[in-house]
Amino acid sequence: MGREGEVVSDLIRDFEKLHPGIHVQVQQIPWSAAHEKLLTAYVGDATPDIAMLGNTWVPEFTAIDALEPLDALVASSKDAPRNDYFDGIWNTNVVDGKTFGIPWYVDTRVIFYRKDILAAAGYNQMPTTWADWRASMQKIKSRMGARQYPLLIPITEWPPPVIFGLQAGSPLLKDDGQYGAFSEAPFKKAFDFYVSLFNDKLAPALSGSEISNLYQEFERGNIAMYISGPWQIGEFTNRLPKAMQDKWATAPLPGVDGPGASLAGGASLSLFKASPHKHEAWLLMEYLSRPDVQIKFYGLTGDLPARRSAWQDSSLANNVHARAFRDQLDRVVPTPQVPEWEEIATKVYEHGEQAVRGKKTIDQTLAELDRDVNALLEKRRYMMSQKKLAAR
Amino acid sequence: MKTKAVRMPAEANTAAWFFLAPALLLITVFFFVPVVASLILSVTDFDIYGIANPSNTRFVGLRNYQKLLSTPDFWNALKNTFYFAFVGGPLTIAVSLGAALLLNSKLVRFKGFFRTIYFTPFVTTLVAVAIVWRYLYHTRYGLFNYGLGKLGIAPIDWLGDPHWAMPAIILMAVWKSFGYNMLIFIAGLQAIPEELYDAAEIDGAGPFRRFFSIALPMLAPTLVFISVITMIGYFQLFAEPYVMTQGGPLRSTTSVVLLMYEEGFRWWRMGYAAAVAFVLFIVILIATLLQFRLQKERA
Repeated sequence: MGREGEVVSDLIRDFEKLHPGIHVQVQQIPWSAAHEKLLTAYVGDATPDIAMLGNTWVPEFTAIDALEPLDALVASSKDAPRNDYFDGIWNTNVVDGKTFGIPWYVDTRVIFYRKDILAAAGYNQMPTTWADWRASMQKIKSRMGARQYPLLIPITEWPPPVIFGLQAGSPLLKDDGQYGAFSEAPFKKAFDFYVSLFNDKLAPALSGSEISNLYQEFERGNIAMYISGPWQIGEFTNRLPKAMQDKWATAPLPGVDGPGASLAGGASLSLFKASPHKHEAWLLMEYLSRPDVQIKFYGLTGDLPARRSAWQDSSLANNVHARAFRDQLDRVVPTPQVPEWEEIATKVYEHGEQAVRGKKTIDQTLAELDRDVNALLEKRRYMMSQKKLAAR
Repeated sequence: MKTKAVRMPAEANTAAWFFLAPALLLITVFFFVPVVASLILSVTDFDIYGIANPSNTRFVGLRNYQKLLSTPDFWNALKNTFYFAFVGGPLTIAVSLGAALLLNSKLVRFKGFFRTIYFTPFVTTLVAVAIVWRYLYHTRYGLFNYGLGKLGIAPIDWLGDPHWAMPAIILMAVWKSFGYNMLIFIAGLQAIPEELYDAAEIDGAGPFRRFFSIALPMLAPTLVFISVITMIGYFQLFAEPYVMTQGGPLRSTTSVVLLMYEEGFRWWRMGYAAAVAFVLFIVILIATLLQFRLQKERA
């Protein structure tokens, strides 16, 4: 999918040289259409042997019984040993105790920040707790103009409020994912923190499309911190001018009272149940999981490898900006593994926007969010009450 | 002319049925069966769990419709669709009528050439066109903003600003579809006898008078046909926002069909999506009947 689909053919060629009897056909689909295409393929009995899946999709494809459990294959595999993967990332592929995908590359969110602006406010590094973080932003704000903000978190993104919730210990959903847990104390605490960033003018209430040029704003010092993912390393390196290059850095996310958790994102390789070539497909999955191939893949795409051993390679170990990601990967938490999650995530920011814009109080917003989420989960509750869906 | 229907002998009926059978079979299989199936679908909660196992589907009566009518998303989509149809539709008709009048005028040369040029967008693939227009609308590098810049107007974020996104889509849709209507108008104009114009001219009627008193009334049936066809087509707005904006920004270009697509193929709530489709069908039906009614009242 996307850029990965374009470059993977290089890796496939090497694989075909190793296994002359196997011919691999790669079909590229854009990210935006991939989810629909794969579901449609399942309905039409035209699934591929293996596919790259966003790891939040794994529960959904498991719910329709499209994927093959991989536990036996993983247990007997030399090339994809379970303990070489980051726990939080691996767990996104485990549904009801069975593994339905192996992590291919990882994605999590960290802070990109201006070292010089933070230093001018008296901080030599990113604070690690919410209280210190807020204090640092207040100091930065006091040195800024009215239209400059210490932090940018677009209000049309679900990860920031969800990450804060995970950091505060919220399960997001409760009772085996049958009900929302957004109006309960842990998420409320996180949401209070999130909304206060906007109320205290530490972050501007802007939607993603209202930010015309992030890099320019960052360069001009209109923003000092930004929460984002690994793809931004390349963008920051290429788009910021040379003079700016030693002024920015990455840091793991602060947490409630110490380094905090972040999202366990990324893509996995999954084997489809209907595949007539499971053995050959598994060989390819193993090949793509080899640390040396993962490093090559990183070189081609900038996607961060899922294997701990791959991170020891010099191309990654020497990248200062990747270090925060490596650190963060030891503290990643999966989002709830229910097929409805993607839709729930969009509800989180849609409701969040109302609270940020001051249209509703926090309690009101969270109550409504839970109401909407509970409505979305109605079918799941029915399925579980009928014992048609295993409890976890 | 009104005559009593003549009853056919029985054997002739059999023969008629025999000849009609292939067509009827096709219509049944590809039209009536799907329509009935989706009507049934719309009173169930067929979804992702139903795909895994059809027995996970429940009969929900009219609850899909109830839910639909109580979600702001649906009303927003309906509003956007009306905006597109009621601004874009008349605009398309006006532009195509204008082009038809120009091409029908005796002063214009190379008529065949212009007709082809104006008709070309209509036969071009919509997705390809939408992608090119996305470049034209680009805030920094687009041709439109370049032109505006030359006139000293600040760049417009055509597809990123909720206020401009729908006008941008309307502009493209008008350009894309006016050629077809133009051809029908030209045919209608050519059917008007020349003597009428000549007589009016002798009586001293100017070009405007000739247009409003001769061309427009004579074109009335064509106009009704075109407005019905255009409206039905525009109510089904989908590909333009799907390719250009994905329904954004802030859902300002989410049409009813796009909503149906999202519910059906993004979230896989097929039952709910079928309900959206039926509500849209009813809306189009009402709008079409209204137009015929208006036409009759005028006649």
